[in-house]
Amino acid sequence: MSSLPDYPDGLYRKIAGRRVTLFCGHYGSGKSTVAMSFAAMLRASLPAGTPVAVADLDIVNPYFRTKDCEEDLGRLGIELIASEYASSNVDLPAMPESAYRITEDRSLHTVIDVGGDDRGALAMGRYASALLAEGDFDMLAVINRFRPLTAAPADAAEVMREIELACGLPFSGIVNCSNLGSATTPEVIEESFGYAEEVSRLCGLPVRFTAVMRGLCGSFEEKTPVLPLDFTISHGGIENR
Amino acid sequence: MSEKVLMKGNEAIAEAAISCGCRHYFGYPITPQTEIAAYMAKRMPKIGGTFLQAESEIAAINMVIGAASAGVRVMTSSSSPGVSLKSEGISYMAGCDLPALIVNVQRGGPGLGGIQPSQSDYFQATRGGGHGDYHLLVLAPASVQEMAAMTVRAFDLADKYRMPCMLLADGTMGQMMEPVELGESTGGTVDKPWALTGTGMSRKHNIINSLSLTPDELERWNVDRYARYAKVERDEVLYEEYLCDDAEIVVVGFGIAARVAKNAVNAARAEGIKAGMFRPITLWPFPKKAMFERAKTARAFISVELSMGQMIEDIELAVRCTRPVTLCSRVGGMIPSPAEVKKSIEDAHAKLDGRN
Repeated sequence: MSSLPDYPDGLYRKIAGRRVTLFCGHYGSGKSTVAMSFAAMLRASLPAGTPVAVADLDIVNPYFRTKDCEEDLGRLGIELIASEYASSNVDLPAMPESAYRITEDRSLHTVIDVGGDDRGALAMGRYASALLAEGDFDMLAVINRFRPLTAAPADAAEVMREIELACGLPFSGIVNCSNLGSATTPEVIEESFGYAEEVSRLCGLPVRFTAVMRGLCGSFEEKTPVLPLDFTISHGGIENR
Repeated sequence: MSEKVLMKGNEAIAEAAISCGCRHYFGYPITPQTEIAAYMAKRMPKIGGTFLQAESEIAAINMVIGAASAGVRVMTSSSSPGVSLKSEGISYMAGCDLPALIVNVQRGGPGLGGIQPSQSDYFQATRGGGHGDYHLLVLAPASVQEMAAMTVRAFDLADKYRMPCMLLADGTMGQMMEPVELGESTGGTVDKPWALTGTGMSRKHNIINSLSLTPDELERWNVDRYARYAKVERDEVLYEEYLCDDAEIVVVGFGIAARVAKNAVNAARAEGIKAGMFRPITLWPFPKKAMFERAKTARAFISVELSMGQMIEDIELAVRCTRPVTLCSRVGGMIPSPAEVKKSIEDAHAKLDGRN
């Protein structure tokens, strides 16, 4: 991707507004793709000159991660905050020192891609008190009906509770990112709305938006706001689809 | 579970193992295969199975020996350095004729190497790794769907031939996500009269052991085992050919390398070069007969590997040096690009002139 894509009118107002947005959830649900696409939407919506960053704070995933899209993000004018060891040849679950900018630099609009499940979310605890003190963040749970371990709404809700306990921050909403990779069709997404509503009912939080590959966005806007997804994560030339 | 789901290759291995009756997993975490253990840790307690994180890879493989001796479906998984640690136990399993699944999601080596994908454990997998005369039955999947299918097949073949089977994948295959349809549960109901299940005071006790007190007995065990290996070589070879019928250049690759090779073959075809792809699915037994037949029509072979050139030796043996075989490889965690493979095809094609 070399230039910012278009977004539906008013999308920013409907789904964003906080300085820091965290995306957490079961690994493989689509957090990284959602985080990068959300950051691109912020970049397109916020006034020119407002700094926007994506923080890859995943300490779990060895590859196929936000860091693999560093060049794409750079071209769009989105800063990447990531450990220098991310996507490298060593297995160091380290947090980058630049992550302190997320809480210290209050002019920076940051989208945080948190690692999978409670194990990945544990590291966020380091920043929890500062985020709570400022009170200008949104923590959203990314769910995917087609991931076997969270295919039951109750299991998805359980993962959300485990994440909250691990990082010490409360969720404020749900992102339905139900997809089957390259086999995703409009019917697949249609099928997931009931699932997302059930997860919403179980945890008492609203479905804030549905995240859909741009080519499939179609007419889902009647049900929830829709964030078009624009990134394909490729590692060593192999696409994750 | 028969509907389509989205899974990592590592998860597909774990779920497929459960679907075919595996209720015992012993392992030790190592990138890039840790999701297998993580998945088992979540699932096994819910279905009455056993997940145990051992204190080391060596402990894990010895627990596998114990469970396999008791006749249950059991598996372990690791990545390259961890498989080296397990190699002693794997040799003991071969010597005891014990069925089990060992998964190697390869990373770069030698030594600690790196966590990025590799195929440089080909020799270790196909030539033993441990000591003594033995083979593993080695399966090399090339998609998440195949990760699942080959896991079930590996358990079935292990039980059928009473030998340890290895699923040889690489970090990319383990980490990548693809839609997958998992088959219905099969349960794995193979009768194992040799297993240590207690005599119930109604039969003579079974002995599982790799130690023989007399050399002539040990010789007989080895010879009998190799008679079984001969059946495996005859009946269980698997491979895929893609556009090979009229191909002058045949690109050989397994696992992730085959996916790259297929793209390169399509690109070469688009430019009028008659290229094809040959993908060994069983690495032992290697599809040497089929490859020798293919060498009667193809004029040159290229081995695409994420190693310094290991499978290339099997290709050369299979075609009995009737055709030139060249290597296209990247190592250290790098993956050959379709453009690099296509360049190798073009180079091999350019050298064809004047040869028949």
